[in-house]
Amino acid sequence: MAEQGWFFRVRRGLPPELREAQAWIEGIARGYGLDFFDTIFEMCTYDEINMIASYGGFPTRYPHWRFGMEYLRMQKGYEYGLHKIYEMVINTDPAYAYLLDNNTFMDQKLVMAHVFGHVDFFKNNLWFANTNRKMLDQMANHAARVRRYIDRHGEDEVERFIDMCLSLENLADPYEGHIRRHRARSEEEVERHARSDGVHKLPARNYMDRYINPPEYLEEQRRRHLENLEKMRRFPEEPVRDVLGFLIRHGRLARWQQDVMGIIRAEAAYFAPQGMTKVMNEGWASYWHTTMMTRDILTDAEVIDYADHHSGTVAMRPGSFNPYKVGLELWRDIERRWDRGQFGKEWLECEDVARKRDWDTGAGLGRQKMFEVRRTHNDVTFIDTFLTEDFVRENGLFTWEYDKRSGQYIIASRDFKAVKEKLLFMLSNRGNPRILITDANHANRGELELTHVHEGVDIQLEWARETMRNLATLWGRPVHLVTRVDDEPVVLHHDGSEFKVEKGAGGGGEGDR
Amino acid sequence: MILNIDNDLNRFKKIVKGRVRKDLRRYMGSDELIGRQGDKVVSIPLPEIHIPRFRYGKNQGGVGQGEGEEGDPAQGGQGQQAGDQPGEHVLEAEISLEELAEIIGEELELPRIEPRGNKRISSRKDRYTGIALHGPESLRHTRRTFRQALRRQIASGTYDPKRPVIIPIKEDKRYRTWKTHTEPVSAAVIIYMMDVSGSMGQKQKDIVRLEAFWIDTWLRHNYKNVETRFIIHDAAAREVSRDVFFRTRESGGTLISSAYKLCMQIIEDDYPVDEWNIYPFHFSDGDNWSASDTRTCMEILREHLVPASNQFSYGQVDSEYGSGQFYKDLKQHFGDDERVAISRIPNRDAIMDSIKELLGKGR
Repeated sequence: MAEQGWFFRVRRGLPPELREAQAWIEGIARGYGLDFFDTIFEMCTYDEINMIASYGGFPTRYPHWRFGMEYLRMQKGYEYGLHKIYEMVINTDPAYAYLLDNNTFMDQKLVMAHVFGHVDFFKNNLWFANTNRKMLDQMANHAARVRRYIDRHGEDEVERFIDMCLSLENLADPYEGHIRRHRARSEEEVERHARSDGVHKLPARNYMDRYINPPEYLEEQRRRHLENLEKMRRFPEEPVRDVLGFLIRHGRLARWQQDVMGIIRAEAAYFAPQGMTKVMNEGWASYWHTTMMTRDILTDAEVIDYADHHSGTVAMRPGSFNPYKVGLELWRDIERRWDRGQFGKEWLECEDVARKRDWDTGAGLGRQKMFEVRRTHNDVTFIDTFLTEDFVRENGLFTWEYDKRSGQYIIASRDFKAVKEKLLFMLSNRGNPRILITDANHANRGELELTHVHEGVDIQLEWARETMRNLATLWGRPVHLVTRVDDEPVVLHHDGSEFKVEKGAGGGGEGDR
Repeated sequence: MILNIDNDLNRFKKIVKGRVRKDLRRYMGSDELIGRQGDKVVSIPLPEIHIPRFRYGKNQGGVGQGEGEEGDPAQGGQGQQAGDQPGEHVLEAEISLEELAEIIGEELELPRIEPRGNKRISSRKDRYTGIALHGPESLRHTRRTFRQALRRQIASGTYDPKRPVIIPIKEDKRYRTWKTHTEPVSAAVIIYMMDVSGSMGQKQKDIVRLEAFWIDTWLRHNYKNVETRFIIHDAAAREVSRDVFFRTRESGGTLISSAYKLCMQIIEDDYPVDEWNIYPFHFSDGDNWSASDTRTCMEILREHLVPASNQFSYGQVDSEYGSGQFYKDLKQHFGDDERVAISRIPNRDAIMDSIKELLGKGR
C-alpha cells in the first residue's frame, strides 16, 4: 500500500515506530472483528491538517471562498486554543487518515484505533453503501472541471453560480440511491387516461342498473378520475425532495451550469451519510478506541495522558450536546443490555424494579448485537430504538428552547419523551427543514412552488429570503414557498428582486412524506 | 509547500474587503471599528458572510445536558446542534489599518496627499550591505569567513576531505559592514482642537472622536511619521492627552481664539514649518463668545495658522444651543481659500461625507 499517496506533492511515509504501531493496532482491531478497508496514514503539519479539514478531508477541492473561510476559522480556533483537530479520516477505499505530526505517540495510537472504528463503520454501515469509494479521484476531477469553467467563464460568474447551488445543497433526498421514488409516466399514458371517462359500469339489466351501478357511485368514480388526471398533468406529479436534481433536469441552465450543479449535488450526496450517522459513527469509533486502548495498547506510563485526552473528547459541556459522548454511552448501553439479556418481551413486561436491576440471563450477546446495529441503523433509528429513560436521567439531558419573554434560552423539560422527541427532530433530515417542490408550473405560469412540511418549528425568514432569491435566479421565474409562521399559514414569494410574505394563504404543511 | 487553500483564503479576504467597502458608511458612523482596533489591525465582525439556506429559526430549541430546573436559563446559552448544520458563527475578519485606509481612500475618492516640497527632512539609516576585512567580532560573517578559510586550506593543501576540519586564521575573517543611506521622510503632525464648552454634549464629542479616528487612519496611511496633539478649550485652552481629549466634560463660555493661540504656540515650539506637514483640525459647535473674538480668530488664521499649515480644517457639529455662526464667518473669510476646509457634521451618518470634504483636497 506504500505507494498510494501520489496525490500529495510531498509524500511523507510514517516513521518506523508508527508503522509498527499501525500494523500492531490493525491486528488488534481485526481480532475484535472490525472489518475495514486498507487504511493509509499521512503525517501532516497543523496548516496542512487544517487545510484538509476545511476541504472536508480531501487534499483537492474546487476553488471556493468558503474553504478559505473555514480554514481561517480553524486557524483562529487553534491560535486561541479553542479546538484542535485530533483525527480525520475519509470514506474511501483505501481509506486515508491524517495524523498530526507533533502529537505524542500515545495520541497517535489513540487516533489510529479510533480511525479503524470509523473505517469499519464506513465499510459496513448500510447508509454508506452507495457512496463513491473513489471519491479522492472524483473530487480532483470535479476541481479540474470547475477550474476549466472558471477559465472559460470567469471566476466571479462561476463563483456566484456555485454560491447559489450551495444554498440549495441541503434540499436533498436522503434516500436517494436506496429506494426508487416513482416511475416517470409517459405522455401517451396520460393521454390514454384522459381519453377514458374513468367510469366502470358493472353489467346489469335495465331495471337493476340503478341498484348495481348507483349514480352516486358513478359520480364518485368520475370525480376521482378527474382528480387523478389533474394530478397526472401536474408537474411534478409527486412532490420532489431532490431540488438540485430537479433543477438539473428541468431548469433553464447552460451546460456548464448543469455540470457544476451536478458536481455540488454529487459531493453533497457523498457527505450526506456522514451527517446521518454522526452520533453512531463517533460513538462507535470512540467505543473501539477506548476498548483497544485500555485493554491492549496503553503502557502504564501513558494512562494518565490517555485519560486526560479521552475525558476531553467525551466531556459534556454544560448545556450542550456531545455526539461522541451520547454515542459512546448508547453503544455501551446496548452492549450491557444484550450481554445481560435485558431485551425482549419478558424484560419489557417486567414491572419489578429490583428484579430488573439485577437482571442477567448471561446471554452474552452484546458484541453480536452491536455489530448488527452498526450495519443497519442511522442516527434517527438508533436514538429511536436505543435511547432509554435511564440514560436520559443518568446523563441529565434536557430540552431547551428560546424564551420570547426573557430573550433567553431556557431549560424546557427533562421528560424522557420530550428529550427523545427533540433529539429525533434535530437528527431528522440532518436538522434541515423538509422542503419539497410541489408544483413547477404554478398558476400555469412556469413558476415554482415549494412546500415546507411544517413540524412545529418555523423557518428563519431572513435566510429564507436570500435562499429564495437564489432559487428564483436559478429557476428564472418567481418562486413560492408554502409554510407556516407563528402558527399561521403563510406563502413567501420571491421573483428574483422582491420578497413578499403573504399571510393567511395556502395550507402549509400537513402531510407525511 | 504551497497550499491550495491559499487561493481560497485570498478569495475570501477579497470578499471581506468588498463587504467592508459596501458597508463603509455604516462602519464610519458606528463605534464598532474603533472598539476593535488593535495595534495594526482592526477586527470586524461579519455576521453576513454565509451561504443562505432554508433553516430553522429561533423557536427550534434543542437538547442539552447539565444541572438546573425546568424554566431556568440553559447554561452556556445555546446548545450544540446534533445535525450537520453549522451554528451561526459571527466571523471576525481582520483587516489591517493600511488596507482600511486604502478602502477609505478609494471609496471616498480621496486624492493621495502630496507632501509639501520643501518640507522634507531626511533620516539616516544604516544598512548592512557590505563586507570588510576588519571589524568587531560581533559582526563577523561566519559563512564568508568559513569559505575564505576553506579556500585558503585547499589552496595550501592542508585540507583533508576525510577529516574536514577548517580553522580560520586572522586573515580569513570577514565582517559585515554598513552604509549610511539618507532617505527623505515626510512627517506630519495633526493638532486636534475641540470646543468643550457647555454646549458640546456627549453626542457631539462622539462624532468628533469617530471623525478623528478616520482622519488619523487616513493621514497615517500617507505619512510615515504622524504625531498627534490635542487641545481642548472653552474660554481658555490647554493641551491634554488623547484620553482626556475625548473624555472631559467642561462647561463655560467659548473663546475660540484661545485654542488658536495655543495651537500657534505649539507649532512655533515643536514643529518647524519647513520640516513638518501640519494639519490643525478644529471641532466646535460654532458658538463663539463674541464677534470681536471671532475677528481675533480670523486674524490668527490669516496671519499664522493657515500659512503654516498644509491645510486648516474646521468641522462643525450641530448642538441644540449653538447658533453655528462660526461656520458662516469662516466661510465668509476663507470660503475660496484652498488651504482651508470647512465641513458641517449634523449627525453620525454625515461623518463619511464630512471626511470627504475635509480630506478631499489632497493637501
